[in-house]
Amino acid sequence: MTVPAGAYLVLSAALFTLGTVGVLVRRTALVLFMSIELMLNAVNLAFVTLARVHGDLGGQLAAFFVLVVAAVEVVVGLSILVHIFRTRDTVDVDEVDLLRG
Amino acid sequence: MGAWAVPWVVALPLAGALVNGLWGGRLGRRGVSLVACLSVLGAFLLSVALTRDLVASPGAEDRTVRLFEWIAVGDFRIPAALVWDRLAALLALVVTGVGFLIHVYSVGYMAEDPDYSRYFTYLNLFVASMLVLVLGANLLVLFVGWELVGLCSYLLIGFWFERPAAAAAGRKAFVVNRVGDAAFVLGILSTGSLLGTLDFREMARLLGEGGGGLRGHPALVTSALLLFAGATGKSAQLPLYVWLPDAMEGPTPVSALIHAATMVTAGVFLVGRLWPLFEAAGPVLPWVVAPVGAATALFAATVAVVQYDLKRVLAYSTISQLGYMFLALGVGGGTAAFFHLTTHAFFKALLFLAAGSVMHALHGQIDLRRLGGLWKSMPFTFLGFVVGAASLSGIPPLSGFWSKEEILHAAHGSGALWLVALGTSFVTAYYATRATVLAFLGDPHSPGRPHDPPAAMAWPLAGLVVLSAVGGFLGAKWLGAPFHAFLGPAWGGHEAPAPDLGAVALAVAVATAGVVAGWLAHRGRREPQLGPVRRALEAQWGVEALYEAAVVRPGQALAHLLSEAVDLRGVDRAASALAEVVVRAGSTIRTWQTGNVRQYAAGLLAGAVVLFAYWVLR
Repeated sequence: MTVPAGAYLVLSAALFTLGTVGVLVRRTALVLFMSIELMLNAVNLAFVTLARVHGDLGGQLAAFFVLVVAAVEVVVGLSILVHIFRTRDTVDVDEVDLLRG
Repeated sequence: MGAWAVPWVVALPLAGALVNGLWGGRLGRRGVSLVACLSVLGAFLLSVALTRDLVASPGAEDRTVRLFEWIAVGDFRIPAALVWDRLAALLALVVTGVGFLIHVYSVGYMAEDPDYSRYFTYLNLFVASMLVLVLGANLLVLFVGWELVGLCSYLLIGFWFERPAAAAAGRKAFVVNRVGDAAFVLGILSTGSLLGTLDFREMARLLGEGGGGLRGHPALVTSALLLFAGATGKSAQLPLYVWLPDAMEGPTPVSALIHAATMVTAGVFLVGRLWPLFEAAGPVLPWVVAPVGAATALFAATVAVVQYDLKRVLAYSTISQLGYMFLALGVGGGTAAFFHLTTHAFFKALLFLAAGSVMHALHGQIDLRRLGGLWKSMPFTFLGFVVGAASLSGIPPLSGFWSKEEILHAAHGSGALWLVALGTSFVTAYYATRATVLAFLGDPHSPGRPHDPPAAMAWPLAGLVVLSAVGGFLGAKWLGAPFHAFLGPAWGGHEAPAPDLGAVALAVAVATAGVVAGWLAHRGRREPQLGPVRRALEAQWGVEALYEAAVVRPGQALAHLLSEAVDLRGVDRAASALAEVVVRAGSTIRTWQTGNVRQYAAGLLAGAVVLFAYWVLR
């Protein structure tokens, strides 16, 4: 039995929505990051699925790029996070609003 | 001496100005004086040599030196070219000769001035500019010199710029001259478009022999009128004379050189230079140039009668004598005009330098009411002033007599103009005597202990005394009238007029009457109370009031309107309003930036949704 491509896309959409809601409602920076990762990987899933459907390797290629960029982003993001925690003793993003106009 | 020397006549004083301007501080006073005087002396000697060649070789009349192609538009070409002909040679000799004497005089006069090298830089620059003016081979080169001498005049009138009066006088001279110069530029343009050339020789060729079909052409008359308007500005004729009396704020040698002997005669030179054009323009010479000259001559002479500032007396006298020259040009006496230009350069420079010696001895005191009895303490200066004043009055055999008599002779056929000239002669003798009496005769009651000037100032004075005394014999018939023999060919061979004994006697009688009247009226240092006449004279016949009402006050009103209504309420408010809009917009938009990451994320999402919806629903 093969799982139809539509199911993968539905799953991808569900994961993306979960991630989006997470970004919007959670205040802990770490969870925010995890939610962003969730969104990225939801997109990856859609890429790979559609690459398979269309028999085009371009989608898989895009997924690899996203993986690499996500890894880099995590490195930078986490170091910023650590720094914020050291200086402000909190990881609540609502309390970090130095750029308020 | 070949034509190669012509550019050097200009280059020497220019080099002097450059050296003194760039390294004047390091040269020391001695070095600065040497550079300044020797460069002008060199230019003078070159001029003498070039002039001797010009006379010796009649074939080589035109020494035109093309320096480079300046403007080339299609077929219309204007080279930067200098010309050495009789007219240019005469003016170059006067400018460099009198200029050299005044440079030497300045060495003594300015000895104490802290801005010594700046002064000589300007003075040398002036000589170079004036030489560009007189040697220019076309109207545009002449115009360059014309503007440069205007600049030097401005710089030197305002030389002591820390004095507000001097700065204002410089500004006034510049502004009034701009009016004349604007007309001059228009004249150049209309002449160029009419004749297709600005070269003097070409113009003479085109307009020669009956005006080349252009005689009395309206465009030609307009050009001549515009060019003459330019001349009235530079030569301080009615109605643009107002800057010259104020120009006396400058150092006295500057007044002598620029505002008496040379620069102010540029207008006379211009008309002489464009003689073919003015002759072909028909009615301009007899109906505009001559009346303006005659009116200015009489007007300025009468105003000079009530001046108390000795230098202002001389300034009005200069205006009056320039009027004489224009009168002579207007009645066709070109040679007479330039003869008077030359003798006037001698005796007016002498008068100014003598006045400068008085100022030098009395620490700037120049008010005739406070001078007096100086003949005893300053006999040499007294001698110089008397020779100058007598020459100015036209007492034979001094130089002014010869040239003035010739102008009267030329104007003889012109009825009213001749009478005006004769009347001016009387008034001239009157105010010259008045100034002499008030300054030098009577009881000495000047403060301090006046003394004759030091050698550097005395020698130029002596030179000018000699020139003023014997310069007139250049026009003496029984000596072959060398002046006329030299300049005559410049406009087709004017002969020295045969002296008419009756007319000469009349001229001398009028001059003598003026002297006697001046002596009788002011002997014992009295000032006759003339009542309303005196007030009218002191008000310059109302010209100053007319300027005040017609130019100064409307100008100030306009400036006020522009500054209050247009600038403050219009431009400034528009700028402030614009700034206000930006500030308000900024303070509104800044509230959108909360610094909250999650709000930004929500914004991003909303944007993405909107874009997505647009694509889908399109």
